[in-house]
Amino acid sequence: MTAPADDKRVGGEPNAAFREKKSAPGQTPGGQRDNVGNSYFMRDRSWHAPALTPLYKTSVTRSPQRAPLSFATTLSEETSPVFGNDTLGPLDNDLIHNFASDPAGAIGPRIVVYGRVIDEMGRPVPNTLIEVWQANAGGRYRHKKEGYLAPLDPNFGGCGRTITDENGWFEFRTIQPGPYPWPNGPNDWRPAHIHFSIFGHAFAQRLISQFYFEGDPMIWQCPIVKTIPTKEAIETLVAKLDMGATIPMDARAYRFDIVLRGRRQTLFENRMEGL
Amino acid sequence: MIRQLDRYKETPSQTAGPYVHIGCTPNFCEIGGVYPHDLGSKMILGDVKGQEITIRGTVFDGTGTPLRDALIEVWQADAEGLYNSVNETRGKADPNFTGFGRSPGDMDTGEFTFRTVKPGRVPFRDGRLMAPHVTFWIVARGINMGLHTRMYFADEDAANKEDPILSRIEHQNRVPTLMAKPEGENAYRFDIHLQGENETIFFDV
Repeated sequence: MTAPADDKRVGGEPNAAFREKKSAPGQTPGGQRDNVGNSYFMRDRSWHAPALTPLYKTSVTRSPQRAPLSFATTLSEETSPVFGNDTLGPLDNDLIHNFASDPAGAIGPRIVVYGRVIDEMGRPVPNTLIEVWQANAGGRYRHKKEGYLAPLDPNFGGCGRTITDENGWFEFRTIQPGPYPWPNGPNDWRPAHIHFSIFGHAFAQRLISQFYFEGDPMIWQCPIVKTIPTKEAIETLVAKLDMGATIPMDARAYRFDIVLRGRRQTLFENRMEGL
Repeated sequence: MIRQLDRYKETPSQTAGPYVHIGCTPNFCEIGGVYPHDLGSKMILGDVKGQEITIRGTVFDGTGTPLRDALIEVWQADAEGLYNSVNETRGKADPNFTGFGRSPGDMDTGEFTFRTVKPGRVPFRDGRLMAPHVTFWIVARGINMGLHTRMYFADEDAANKEDPILSRIEHQNRVPTLMAKPEGENAYRFDIHLQGENETIFFDV
């Protein structure tokens, strides 16, 4: 099956099966304003990693020691920059080819990563920018401060980006990154992972994190993964192999969903300060 | 029993790591030809309303060492206090001002620079005006969740005194950690301290 010529998404038609056309209550169509006036739910700090996590050594001198100042979100946190589809180039969501001079592209296991962005209330988050970056198939980053002995792939840059569609779906194509050793403990290795950055519709939703791959035993020994307090939370960062969405004779599919902070749906006219 | 149906937990944050620039400012770290320019490298797109200013600063760790692998983002209103956002309902922001900036910091010194405009005042939840401020968000290796703070302007004394956020800070002796100091004409310095005596006030908002 081939993709329509104007379809910049990777994989073309087979991936259309990813995008169930189910509408959710309270859904925000593209470009429509969210319900400004309702504050975002506070972050659950017991769910996220604390700032100080001594087994991840760099956090020791980079973690604030005083309690953060809490207040309900204001316009400054309930607004966010907008990046339209005109931000994107045709290969931005194709890491196999977006840096390559060889048309065959980057070396490594070919994968499609797809998923949906929703908020804590289950509402889809359309039209939001997702940026990704990763090591190559040997576990080497294209960066001058990176010294791992695995070689660079001349056809792999390691960055990509995409924007969610009107129902919050996204997808990109890449090669599966390799695990690599890093200076922390004497023998610490990062599991294969892809970093991602997402904006949402409010600066309060801004998030950077990493996702991992189902079945990788390296996940459970990584000091960075283990900064997150519970197995339940860690498991939400593990992309699942989805053979049903695999593109035959081309690329396996991994599904990874992202949840951003949500906000109250009911508008209270006489809201008390701080509520 | 009341069940909370269809509620999901936020995706947990993880550190941006040492190579955040590959993904967010690839041209800066010599990955050319993928994106035409780095996102957020220009906040002013043309003739812009208001006072053009430069903000410079450095992020320091608990030993006083500058971070040279951080990514610093800013988000702010235009000169009239309007955000260039679909969620802005009070009017239309200056189309020549994005409000969003992103700096990888200088490769050698770590100093970040934003060429921007001095923001106008934005209303608080109850309608009172907040003092002019710029939202800062800092990610780096060793930071498990992006650090959110605000930069206010030390030369906006009257507005700062009535700012609803600044005035509710218990430890008023820490308020200066949120103040950008004038540094020459149309320029400000805003250093950020992750730890120590001058630890910046970070926000859980």
